[in-house]
Amino acid sequence: MSLLIGTFTIGCILSLLALGVFISFRIFAFPDITADGSVTLGASVAATLLIRGVSPPLASLAGFFAGTLAGACTGTLHTRFKINPLLSGILVMTALYSVNLHVMGKSNVPLLSVNTLATQSEQLGVRLMRGATSFNLAGWDVTVRDASVLCAVALAVVVAGLLLYLFLRTNLGMAMRATGDNVQMIRALGVNDANMIVFGLAISNGMVALAGALLAQYQGFADVGMGIGMVVWGLASVIIGEALVGTNQVGLTIIGAVMGSVLFRLLVAVALRWGLSPNDLKLITAGFVFCALIVPQFLRKKRLGSAHA
Amino acid sequence: MLEMRGVSKTFHPGTPNEVRSLRSVNLDLAPGSWVIIIGTNGSGKSTLLNAVAGTFLVDEGSIRLAGHDIMRWPEHARASLIGRVFQNPFSGTSPSLTIEENLSLASRRGCGRGLGWGLKASLTAKMRDEVASLNMGLEGRLENAIGSLSGGQRQALTLLMATWLRPELLLLDEHTAALDPKSADLVIALTEQVITREKLTTLMVTHSMHQAASLGDRLIMMHRGQIIHDFQGAEKRRLRPDDLLARFGEVRRAEQLDESAAEMLAEQYI
Repeated sequence: MSLLIGTFTIGCILSLLALGVFISFRIFAFPDITADGSVTLGASVAATLLIRGVSPPLASLAGFFAGTLAGACTGTLHTRFKINPLLSGILVMTALYSVNLHVMGKSNVPLLSVNTLATQSEQLGVRLMRGATSFNLAGWDVTVRDASVLCAVALAVVVAGLLLYLFLRTNLGMAMRATGDNVQMIRALGVNDANMIVFGLAISNGMVALAGALLAQYQGFADVGMGIGMVVWGLASVIIGEALVGTNQVGLTIIGAVMGSVLFRLLVAVALRWGLSPNDLKLITAGFVFCALIVPQFLRKKRLGSAHA
Repeated sequence: MLEMRGVSKTFHPGTPNEVRSLRSVNLDLAPGSWVIIIGTNGSGKSTLLNAVAGTFLVDEGSIRLAGHDIMRWPEHARASLIGRVFQNPFSGTSPSLTIEENLSLASRRGCGRGLGWGLKASLTAKMRDEVASLNMGLEGRLENAIGSLSGGQRQALTLLMATWLRPELLLLDEHTAALDPKSADLVIALTEQVITREKLTTLMVTHSMHQAASLGDRLIMMHRGQIIHDFQGAEKRRLRPDDLLARFGEVRRAEQLDESAAEMLAEQYI
């Protein structure tokens, strides 16, 4: 049971990452690799601040803003200096590796003895349960720590998803969506598309960094290598989400990305349980995204083929 | 209203693909005039419109619009003065956004975009009326993605969007060329309605000699990046499609002579 709750918790945390990837990949069609670096950036900034005794919400927020800076850098490289989107992301991601090491001062910062959002929500949970450390849920023994962390994370994701949804329906948010959809039109309507891309990537990487900050606090350490492959992970979640709910409405796609993230984490947990080596995880993830990208084409071709026959 | 002086533009200068798309073009538009532009392929009609819209910056000359020197303004800044409808019906709307979201974007053309709610009730009520006036039955489908509509419907909506806030100048770039005849007639009727109602200053490129003869109060004909004919007032009103075709014939004949000879003949006989 503890494993299941842990899976849900990480799935929820990483759904913030999925939402960030959704903004860059789906709204702007901008393959933004920066995310691999911003996950770690958010984690390292938050961890370093936590160790200095900064309050956990504030440290997480700082992680978010560090991510927005990284995203704005990528956006500026692309729009101002006309560098290919993929390369802009790679440049910033590579630079972030050194930045992260500088922020942390070493390659790994443990957070076991400091106050984090995880310990704070645990304390709150224990107080609400009047001191009990575990309770019975449908025959399963659940520790209050696990349950309260999951509740806190789920709440954070709901708030973040709702804010994103509302934002995408403001004048600014709609202009951003239209920028990814039809640049010619949005320029003709007086919108500076370069600013939209910079701003959108800032928000995207801010959310990704926030996911990193929460992940570090949940797992109890920040590590310089924790961001590797995260973009693909986020993309897998978004693709699963689209398969679940379709792509017609913004609100649904956001819910889909969250569901996709949790579901994907669940699949991974099951696979690991069945004896998949953790070393093969990234290979399997990449293979999965590959399939998810080509299967729709393949199906279309097949349908066309049978229509002709 | 619009004042172009000695506007030139060369694409790919210094390469074998060099194209002198605009050669020192001068054009003055009186407020409220509706100017039709015709010309052969590659004559610079669309380039002229794009030079005004700011798709690229011109090499030489000056462009003034409604009292502003817009020569160095980027495209998105010029949009505060200019409404545009493109040849491709897919160019003017954002397919994955709904009709009402597209219109809402257009309702802030050239204004700042902040965190205000995009679809206020007062705005959607106005949208319903305006869209109903297109007589396409779209007023009940405001929440549908625009990508699901036909080219004619999208072009009619683009026209509505371009004129939602009254533009100082309306640019129509062969906006019916990609439509079926019925939709084209409909969009032309809507175009006429809005231009006469709002007294819009308009530059309209067209391939249709029928449209060129029957619409607008002035007609210019372009060839090789220059304006070679300019018909105004009574002269424009007398023009028939056959007259225009005859002018194209002249151009083609002149083309067959080499350039210097054509110039000499033009001086002597025209």
